[in-house]
Amino acid sequence: MQWEIVIGLEVHTQLSTQSKIFSGASTAYGATPNTQACEVDLALPGVLPVLNKGAVERAIKFGLSVNAKINSPSVFARKNYFYPDLPKGYQISQFELPIVQGGSICMQVNGVEKIVRLTRAHLEEDAGKSLHEDFHDMTGIDLNRAGTPLLEIVSEPDMRSSAEAVAYAKTLHTLVRWIGICDGNMQEGSFRCDANVSVRPVGTEKLGIRCEIKNLNSFRFLEKAIDFEAYRQIEILEEGGTIRQETRLYDANKDETRTMRTKEDANDYRYFPDPDLLPLEITVEWIEQVKQTLPELPQARRDRYMVEFGLSAYDVSVLTASREMADYFDASVKLLPTQAKLCANWIMGEISGRLNKENMEISNCPVKPDDLAALLIRISDGTTSGKVAKTIFESLWLGECGKNVDAIIEAKGLKQISDDCAIEKLVDDVLAANVQQVADYRNGKEKAFNSLIGQIMKAAQGKANPMQVNTILKKKLMEK
Amino acid sequence: MLNASLKELSKQLAEKKLSSVELTSFFLQRIKTLNPDYNAFITINEEMSLAQAINADKMLAVGEGGPLTGIPIAQKDIFCAKGWLTTCGSKMLSNFISPYDAGVIERFNLAGAVNIGKTNMDEFAMGSSNETSYYGIVKNPWDTKAVPGGSSGGAACAVAARLAPAATGTDTGGSIRQPAALCGISGIKPTYGLVSRYGMIAFASSLDQAGPMAKSAEDLALLLNVMVGFDARDSTSLQRAQEDYTSSLERPLSGLRIGLPKEYFAKGMSQDVENAIDKALAEYRKLGAETVEVVLPNAPLSIPVYYVLAPAEASSNLSRFDGVRYGYRAESYSGLADMYRKSRAEGFGPEVKRRILIGTYVLSHGYYDAYYIKAQKLRRLIAQDFAEAYRQCDVIMGPTTPTVAFNLGEKSADPIQMYLSDIYTSAANLTGMPAMSIPIGFGEKNRPVGLHIIGNYFKETQLLNIANQYQRVTDWHLKSAV
Repeated sequence: MQWEIVIGLEVHTQLSTQSKIFSGASTAYGATPNTQACEVDLALPGVLPVLNKGAVERAIKFGLSVNAKINSPSVFARKNYFYPDLPKGYQISQFELPIVQGGSICMQVNGVEKIVRLTRAHLEEDAGKSLHEDFHDMTGIDLNRAGTPLLEIVSEPDMRSSAEAVAYAKTLHTLVRWIGICDGNMQEGSFRCDANVSVRPVGTEKLGIRCEIKNLNSFRFLEKAIDFEAYRQIEILEEGGTIRQETRLYDANKDETRTMRTKEDANDYRYFPDPDLLPLEITVEWIEQVKQTLPELPQARRDRYMVEFGLSAYDVSVLTASREMADYFDASVKLLPTQAKLCANWIMGEISGRLNKENMEISNCPVKPDDLAALLIRISDGTTSGKVAKTIFESLWLGECGKNVDAIIEAKGLKQISDDCAIEKLVDDVLAANVQQVADYRNGKEKAFNSLIGQIMKAAQGKANPMQVNTILKKKLMEK
Repeated sequence: MLNASLKELSKQLAEKKLSSVELTSFFLQRIKTLNPDYNAFITINEEMSLAQAINADKMLAVGEGGPLTGIPIAQKDIFCAKGWLTTCGSKMLSNFISPYDAGVIERFNLAGAVNIGKTNMDEFAMGSSNETSYYGIVKNPWDTKAVPGGSSGGAACAVAARLAPAATGTDTGGSIRQPAALCGISGIKPTYGLVSRYGMIAFASSLDQAGPMAKSAEDLALLLNVMVGFDARDSTSLQRAQEDYTSSLERPLSGLRIGLPKEYFAKGMSQDVENAIDKALAEYRKLGAETVEVVLPNAPLSIPVYYVLAPAEASSNLSRFDGVRYGYRAESYSGLADMYRKSRAEGFGPEVKRRILIGTYVLSHGYYDAYYIKAQKLRRLIAQDFAEAYRQCDVIMGPTTPTVAFNLGEKSADPIQMYLSDIYTSAANLTGMPAMSIPIGFGEKNRPVGLHIIGNYFKETQLLNIANQYQRVTDWHLKSAV
């Protein structure tokens, strides 16, 4: 039988607020355990939550960027369960009325556009951490993370392969960083995925019984966990078995998923509206105000690059992989609007390559957009060739000559030879020294032409204008 | 000092005829002598109280005192007070020294008042007789065989026995008004949201409201002036212009329309209480008020509605008492689940456990709609009844409790009978309206009777005016149990 995999994702994004969602304690990562937990985070008797407006604004931003409905009012609810790193014995979340409802994410999978619908996105607080190592026979509790604001983004079961799930997660990851609501740091747990996976015979409508795989904190694990899980389910079904609805954990070391808890021992969370927090009212004016702070979104940016600059879908998707990259492109192309493709090629090639090599982010690139533009202007006006420009780029990277392109060209003698007489002289010398190759060319051996070009460029130390060399050589070869 | 009003004490302090240290020492001495008889206080901390008194005297010396500067106030042990053992009447918190001050405590500190001690209470404010306290029963100063009421039983007893000039209480279903009535003192539960809940250990968050307990309406007004105010740390705290609750104490009552709900004068009220209420109403008519009959058809549902919603919220609010971070933890256990089970089984008393069980049940999957949602709908209907009644009257009056104080142990085996002692009071919590109780005489066995006065939202000033006018022409509030 042919099987179809059905995947829905729940993504917990940590919102980039300075303080926690219901207290004034800091959200900074990596502090000494329990130094960033105030009386509210510790759930001392008598403390009360106060909603962080910044977290709400970030949720609104997200809702607007995926064309969702912003619910007003939305309601905070208590999710009741006991766990040592959950200080109140309940998590404040949203249940029946989430702040963000509906919306969709548009993504590219192998060059094809696909839309994934969103069910909802709701605000909630994170729990603390239980530390099972380092404490002999005991468990340590670190409440620094308790109360960190999260936006849980829930998709419809619209994905049909691990590749689609990864594409969705990556698009979402780009988006939340793009609009500045989450730092996207997956190692630190700022962006965590749970995957709901089920399978069904191709051509059928009814959803199969699903399993939820928890805490997938890299795209690679997401892909592998889904593949493993789908294969596991298909195997069971093909052997005539049934899938048990359960929550599973992915073990990266063994590359397998295994049961965490079954439906039978699932908690009854006894959700009810939190009486300590009023229903959250969001006025149209507030939404409008937040809208003003939204940057141009990735999709809009992609469309614009294609229409305005005629760039390919591939180029555009690379350039909009992050807002920093796209902003870099925008800033450089502004200075030479007719050379968008040249800009794109340099950013995707030379700059990305060098950043990768140095393990740096584009926001820290020592060659700034106007440096790059200055360099590319010298290529397009013929002062330098693309090849020599790489040498100049290296100087720019190292900050030589005050990062002035013209000064570098001058100092290193890298100016292109574009004087016809000088080039003719170079060509004549090479032709004279290579009588055999000239003869080969005239006898129809096209390859000889490139060899001659190579020798001329070598004689010119790479500085001769390649276009002119090409023209003059052709002319000379025709002459005799 | 013993029977003086807050105004008189304040005057003597301001005129340096009395120092706060003298006043504080006087009451500390009384507590030392008499508390063993009444058990009104859980914690006394002479050193801390006197330090505050010394500080108050300094404020008074430079003329920086306010109306409550230097005055000892007994604080219910539900309020977190920095450096003070704060138990909420429970073994669960029998080792909890609060590292911070509740909003209410902060406001009293700022006003220069002295914390004279933490008063006994039903465990986590769950009870109507103060018999559920881990720290033992409190006795009614009028008759030591009788309960003082609850949950603010220690506070009511402290004022009635003159162990403190005034006290704070909290009221979730009647916990200020019922003990005030049974101990013959005055108490008011303000409109929900006026007094900060920050640092007040939560029982049922949507119903809990703190308020003052004292000898007279005038004292209550002075205390409310300090207690009421916006607190950004409590999301349900209301931001309103500061009101002077003493401003209308002297206003005449001519033309006042008093609504008498048919449902509150039906069977259930004992004869002695009814007699006292009738006399009080006659007094009000003499003062120029008229009485009109009103109906509150859904009010009799207050108790069932209350006993769904309050336990629901409580079951969740009390989850934090798990033995992990603070409070009581069982001595021996094997594993996490066992630690939870034993710590909570040993740390909570039976009434608290009963309510956690009820609350957990009504919030459970499959029961939520039938209980919690239904109760919320009824809550709205009850509020509509009151809104309708206020079209025909300015305030509503009736008995605070169906009977005078019952005997210790009389109802402790029958929770339903115990719950019914809040039959008249819980509606004000469900609706969030202000309500108060004032002493109006004595019933059976010479035990006090309280008159319940319920007002519309934010009508505290009017309620205090109504109570004060009565107290100007009667002396029930001046009668002392000791």
